Amino acid sequence: MKLWKTILAASVLSLAAATSAFAARTDLTLGIVLEPPHLDPTAGAAAAIGEITYANVFEGLTRIDDNGQVQPGLAESWAVSDDGKVYTFKLHSGVKFHDGSAFSADDVKFSLDRARAKDSLNPQKPLFAHITDVTAVDPATVKVTLDGPQGDFLYDMGQVAAVIVGKASADGNKDKPIGTGPFKLDHWAKGSEITLVKNQDYWGTQAALDKATFRIVPDAAAAVPALLSGDIQAFANMPAQDALAQVQSDPRFTVVIGATEGETILSINNKKPPFDKLAVRQALASAIDRSAIIEAASNGLGKPIGSHFSPGDAGYVDLTGVYPHDIAKAKAYLKEAGLENGFSATLKLPPVPYARDGGQVIQSELKEIGVDLQIIPVEWAEWLSQVFTNKDYDLTIVSHVEPNDIDIYSRPDYYFQYENPKFNDVIKELGSTVDKDKRLELLGEAQKILAHDVPAVYLFELPKIGVWDAKLQGMWTNWPIEADDLTKVKWTD
Amino acid sequence: MTAYLLKRLIIAALTLVLASMVVFAVMEILPGDPARLMLGLNASADQVEVLRNQMGLNAPLVLRYLHWAGGLLSLDFGRSYTYSVPVIDLVRERVAVSLPLALIALALSTIIAIPVGVFSASRQGRAGDTLTMGAAQLGVAVPNFWFALMLIYLFAVWLRLVPAGGFLGWSAGIWPALKSLILPAVALALPQAAILARVARSALIEVLNEDYIRTARAKGLPYRTVLWRHALRNAMIPVLTILGLQFAFLLAGTIIIENVFYLPGLGRLVFQAITQRDLIVVEGVVMLLVAAVILINLLVDFSYAIVDPRLRGRQ
Repeated sequence: MKLWKTILAASVLSLAAATSAFAARTDLTLGIVLEPPHLDPTAGAAAAIGEITYANVFEGLTRIDDNGQVQPGLAESWAVSDDGKVYTFKLHSGVKFHDGSAFSADDVKFSLDRARAKDSLNPQKPLFAHITDVTAVDPATVKVTLDGPQGDFLYDMGQVAAVIVGKASADGNKDKPIGTGPFKLDHWAKGSEITLVKNQDYWGTQAALDKATFRIVPDAAAAVPALLSGDIQAFANMPAQDALAQVQSDPRFTVVIGATEGETILSINNKKPPFDKLAVRQALASAIDRSAIIEAASNGLGKPIGSHFSPGDAGYVDLTGVYPHDIAKAKAYLKEAGLENGFSATLKLPPVPYARDGGQVIQSELKEIGVDLQIIPVEWAEWLSQVFTNKDYDLTIVSHVEPNDIDIYSRPDYYFQYENPKFNDVIKELGSTVDKDKRLELLGEAQKILAHDVPAVYLFELPKIGVWDAKLQGMWTNWPIEADDLTKVKWTD
Repeated sequence: MTAYLLKRLIIAALTLVLASMVVFAVMEILPGDPARLMLGLNASADQVEVLRNQMGLNAPLVLRYLHWAGGLLSLDFGRSYTYSVPVIDLVRERVAVSLPLALIALALSTIIAIPVGVFSASRQGRAGDTLTMGAAQLGVAVPNFWFALMLIYLFAVWLRLVPAGGFLGWSAGIWPALKSLILPAVALALPQAAILARVARSALIEVLNEDYIRTARAKGLPYRTVLWRHALRNAMIPVLTILGLQFAFLLAGTIIIENVFYLPGLGRLVFQAITQRDLIVVEGVVMLLVAAVILINLLVDFSYAIVDPRLRGRQ
């Protein structure tokens, strides 16, 4: 009898142990390279802010999914007036902020008015420039009026800087982010890690993970051992491209190469002689061999581009053949510009591997046509003040990661110093066009103008190198916006 | 002794004032605008201007210096531009990592270096000496980040004895915290130990050739006693000098090791603050480090007096 009891107890115990061992994990540690300065996406441009908080902590009226498509967010549906100027959003009910306060139309009005206010420090303020009025019709309805039809409006409302913040908590979001999302901040050990925990009161589908930790791994060489030792189970974008093969051959990990919105380009100061001559810019474009640059700057993983447009986006036109790699042709262009003996210029390179590695290849390629480049490495802060703000540069390499940003070539006083009334007209028409087919046509036209006019030499689309534990599911493949949306991430086992 | 002490203290205070001016001036010259860095590429010039005003960056240079230096006097280091928390809180969190790390590394380096130096000096020119000094040469030459990675692969990836990096704070328990500091401490200590061992050896060899050593031996003292009690003590002054310099280095110069082990230490705080143009953090930390170096030098000076009684009588 006693024996039976013992056996029974033992089997019950082992059964319990077995079930707990088979229950899927609910915690995840992700590695990120740069620590965000703070956690308020409406007050800072650092990509790491959005990476951690977007869709996890903060939500917008709409949301952008893995494929760059607009999905309902805090707004469950919307209606657009016939003239395309008035958007009426129907909001989800029962939504609460992490501090327990109820979310309502007032918060939407507050957030949008705050972002477009005169003294707004929103890093993407232009997104809100066309809003003329926001009215809270009732607690669950918001009416947004624009100064004209806006083709991108719903997409823009899903961007990182357009998330909805609470009236009472907005000013404290840098340190204590209070959003409506499925995760809330648990703690932030500065310099070390940021931990999110599941929001039990979430209005929508609960997240599968109970806890997600973003650990800051600043050194690319440390990323691989961190994965191999199991300390970190996922990198949404792995910094160590050189060591990728080591992880790729390991069945414990999944490696997913996805697309970003990062057009990596050789920016040209279009007003500075000799770059004000089209023939000189054409010479640069013809002298450059994209495949060699892609090999050096992104381990062969980037996709070549011929204009300022992501190959993954609807409306993409392949224009990589407009100026094929042709040294003789490049020399002919230089001759046409009266510079058959070549010239010298500077190439300022920010501290990112794609720029530093790609820059050296470009330097040697341009040498072949007699263009002598002096490489000047700069820090980001220097790049922003010298190149971006003061336009004190000849050439630079940078990746423009903002989605849908072909309009930057029409901005007055932008650092490219490019002016083309024809291009500006296309962008202007695009802005107020809502019809899908017409939009794609205009986007194609804009791409073609840039490809032929070479305000910058288009190199490649920055890849997103996702590496995570093979048992992990639901991580984003692409980065239409830089976000590590964890709402559908779960362990399978 | 009091006059000597007083003089040293006055010099230390003047050094601090001078350092504060230099640090402030250098940060001013550094190109880059913290406000533009925070707001990014899509913000307008007007927005950047609003933020600059908010951050107090548009006030005249002298006023800003006086405001900052005045704050330092009352130990107010200001608020970080990027993190918007008091600088002193950031520093406190980082010192909780960097100070224990530096102390462990220093202890390790001393424990390894002194016996090796003594062993080598006492076998000058023989095989044992050549071997250990060859190893020390190697220890100096091996890049410490490579050595750190080898340690990580061996102890964290393969043996899984310690985490590959990170520091979860002392609140997670003393043992887990120490476990995450062991590998970085070893990686830091080895090259330092190699340098220290070479210094100890050459200082000891010099002392061993002194007359009083021969006298001590002649009066019948065993070689071990002469070596460890008479010679080593007299060879300590250069060793202590190097130790002082090493400690100052270990406190802040460990950025590479901190990066490899992703430890939230002082070195990384400064590095990150410089790249983000969080000038007020850079200035505050540098001032604290200057103060620490001055303090360490004072301590080293006093320790000379302890090992060398002749220095006590002077002044």
